[in-house]
Amino acid sequence: MPFLSMTGICKHFGATVALDNVELNVESGEVHALVGENGSGKSTLMRILSGAETPDSGSISLDGKPFVPGNPMHARRAGIAMIYQELSLCPDLSTAENVLLGMEIQSFGVIDRKATRKRTEDALKLLGISDVNVDVPVKFLPIATRQLVEIARAVALDSRVVVLDEPTSSLTQADVEKLFEVVQILRKKGAAVIYISHFLDEIKRICDRMTVLRDGVNVGVRKVDEVDTDGIVAMMVGRRIDTIYPRSQRTQGEALLDVSGLFGRTKPANASLQLHRGEVLGIAGLNGSGRTEMLRCIFGLDAVKSGKIKVGTYEGTAKPAERWREGVGMLSEDRKLEGLALRMSIADNMTITKLSPLVSNADQAVKATEWIGKMGVKCQGPNQAVGELSGGNQQKVAIARLLFHGVDVMLLDEPTRGIDVGSKEQIYALIDQLALQGKAVLMVSSYLPELLGVCDRIAVMHKGNLGKALPVHETNAEAIIREAAGA
Amino acid sequence: MIKLLKSSSIFNLAGLVIAWLLVFTFFALKAPPAFHSIDNLETMARQGTIVSIATLGMTCIIITGGIDLSVGSVVALVSVVIAALSLAGYSPWIALFGGVAAGGACGVFNGLLITRLKVVPFIVTLGTFLIVRGAAKWIAHEKTINPPVNWLCDIISRPAKQTEPAPGGFIGQGLYSFWHLFPIGVWLLLILAVAVSLMLKRTRFGRHIVAVGSNEQAARLCGIPVERVKLMVYLLAGLLFGLSGLMTFSRLTLGDPTVAQGLELDVIAAVVIGGASLNGGQGSILGSLLGAWIMTTISAGCSMMGWDTWVEQMVTGAIIIISVAIDRLRVRKD
Repeated sequence: MPFLSMTGICKHFGATVALDNVELNVESGEVHALVGENGSGKSTLMRILSGAETPDSGSISLDGKPFVPGNPMHARRAGIAMIYQELSLCPDLSTAENVLLGMEIQSFGVIDRKATRKRTEDALKLLGISDVNVDVPVKFLPIATRQLVEIARAVALDSRVVVLDEPTSSLTQADVEKLFEVVQILRKKGAAVIYISHFLDEIKRICDRMTVLRDGVNVGVRKVDEVDTDGIVAMMVGRRIDTIYPRSQRTQGEALLDVSGLFGRTKPANASLQLHRGEVLGIAGLNGSGRTEMLRCIFGLDAVKSGKIKVGTYEGTAKPAERWREGVGMLSEDRKLEGLALRMSIADNMTITKLSPLVSNADQAVKATEWIGKMGVKCQGPNQAVGELSGGNQQKVAIARLLFHGVDVMLLDEPTRGIDVGSKEQIYALIDQLALQGKAVLMVSSYLPELLGVCDRIAVMHKGNLGKALPVHETNAEAIIREAAGA
Repeated sequence: MIKLLKSSSIFNLAGLVIAWLLVFTFFALKAPPAFHSIDNLETMARQGTIVSIATLGMTCIIITGGIDLSVGSVVALVSVVIAALSLAGYSPWIALFGGVAAGGACGVFNGLLITRLKVVPFIVTLGTFLIVRGAAKWIAHEKTINPPVNWLCDIISRPAKQTEPAPGGFIGQGLYSFWHLFPIGVWLLLILAVAVSLMLKRTRFGRHIVAVGSNEQAARLCGIPVERVKLMVYLLAGLLFGLSGLMTFSRLTLGDPTVAQGLELDVIAAVVIGGASLNGGQGSILGSLLGAWIMTTISAGCSMMGWDTWVEQMVTGAIIIISVAIDRLRVRKD
């Protein structure tokens, strides 16, 4: 009997089935990977385990006893600790206060600060961390330390099940190593660790077994050393990857964007690139390496400290409005906050960069309808609010804005983040088509297979420094990972 | 670096003290000598009490990331309720509790609307700002209520000059004059300020207040009853606004449904000058009180100089913007 067992879990939201008869078994002292594309149901499953969501049916048992988590507090008390990718710390509270938040040690109605501090320091020590001042508000700590504070929260409460949700997505390589050590300590303590990550090499390194989910269904449970990375991807995606990346025979034209020696306020720190008509240039690198900042500098959103940016024949820095006029469009990595106005209609979102002074709704709708058709956006019509669409369809609207504007240079930041596999395929096909039509595409992505599949050339950014762009057939995943990590 | 960060709140408080000293010195030099007499300081302390007590409640609300625009209306309602109960012949104690309870009821009303209907505090309290003011006018029939004078009228008035020696010899005399340095209302403010400050820093409830304002989602994931914390904060603030209303009644010795118009803005200004963030998570009682104290000093100084209210208003406005701008600059440097 496994220590934690979730069986027959079903959950639906409205008409969409999020989880269908899903099973997850984790032993104590095991690091168990939970793998699947975005939207495959991993988060929902974990939300159910943590009491934040109630399943429609199914049962959970913990240490041989049935377990029904009513709310997050209940699950925490039962020894289930969640460590989320979006940090769930209160920035204004101190480390000690955060670690024991909701489980405060009190004496006579007042918080026992000495005991709180002691318990926190003990937990940190167990994780091999001794250089954190537990009285400082966590907003002053570096991101990596904050993540360790979250894990200390799990240790301080003697959690028996620890869920790590994408813990490395915002960490540097050195911090990742530290985190792995901490995971080993948790394993030795006999905790059942559930590890969620998109980085398959991490999973190969630290996990014992893995459960793969696809579209809310169990695809299988495997011992990690029995499958290779390609095999995992095939299980996640449901087919071999080479079939989903189309690549036509492209011909490079003249350079449309020429960046040399670009420095931003902090990042990028020395970036040079040439982007040609008819090519897709990929930018790889770790999160926080300065890829987004580089795009923002090029697009005039962030200040340029030094360096040259040449768009066609225009030279020098510019504001976003001028970039649009020059035929440059940018797709933000954060669709919900930056990319789209979620409450405005599809038509408004598509046409916002090129509105005539007197806006005609009917005219807008006609134009939008045309692009809805071309892009295959699934919606009720041009007047529907963008926020009501699925992630994939939202992204199509965001891209349609650039195409409607008629840009030649497309700066795409994580164009497939958070969208389903089907939409991804459509976007890959679209990018290929656009390159064929002579657009120049600069694409930042954290997902290596798609960079390798879609791009003509790939450059790697490490700590703000952009390496030389290599033709895709002259590089491979390992080389890119090494360069991104600075090794 | 850690040292610097640790002292950042002390930094803020020191800045406020310096700001107050600047304002005070300016008036002490320019205004008639009466300005810096002990007598006048005591008068200022009494004048500032109404805003200051309300500031305690508002600080808690703003730390949760909320706001309350109904303070002035609640204060007016409370003064009317106390006056009406007194006029109806109830004992001062019953009038007092009735008034403060009315304040608490307004707080619960606000809190329930905010947590149950999920309407943002700005809108809810914009509504209750009108509703409560209307209720005060309704109860008072749009007139002031003049109850017979009782001891409630002395809470905030200048202590009577000592006429006979206090018992207990030298120490007794000392205690007596210390106690009579301020009227009871000012003492009440000081005690409540210490209590609320400790509550925020040292109790579970207080830390939960900061957690909710700092990262509501995280607080919820940690199992903190976010809605209940918010409701309790609005209740607590309502009770404190009730005490503010009591002080207002004591100062006017009557119930006036049109009193304290715009008080909420003074209170919010004091909290903001004191270093709180309207985004929640940040704010301190001491800071807010210093903010209120700066505003009181400006107001007293301007009136001593014989300046019109427009001068006072423009100066106060400038101080609000400058203090927050300095804070922003400091944060950016960090």
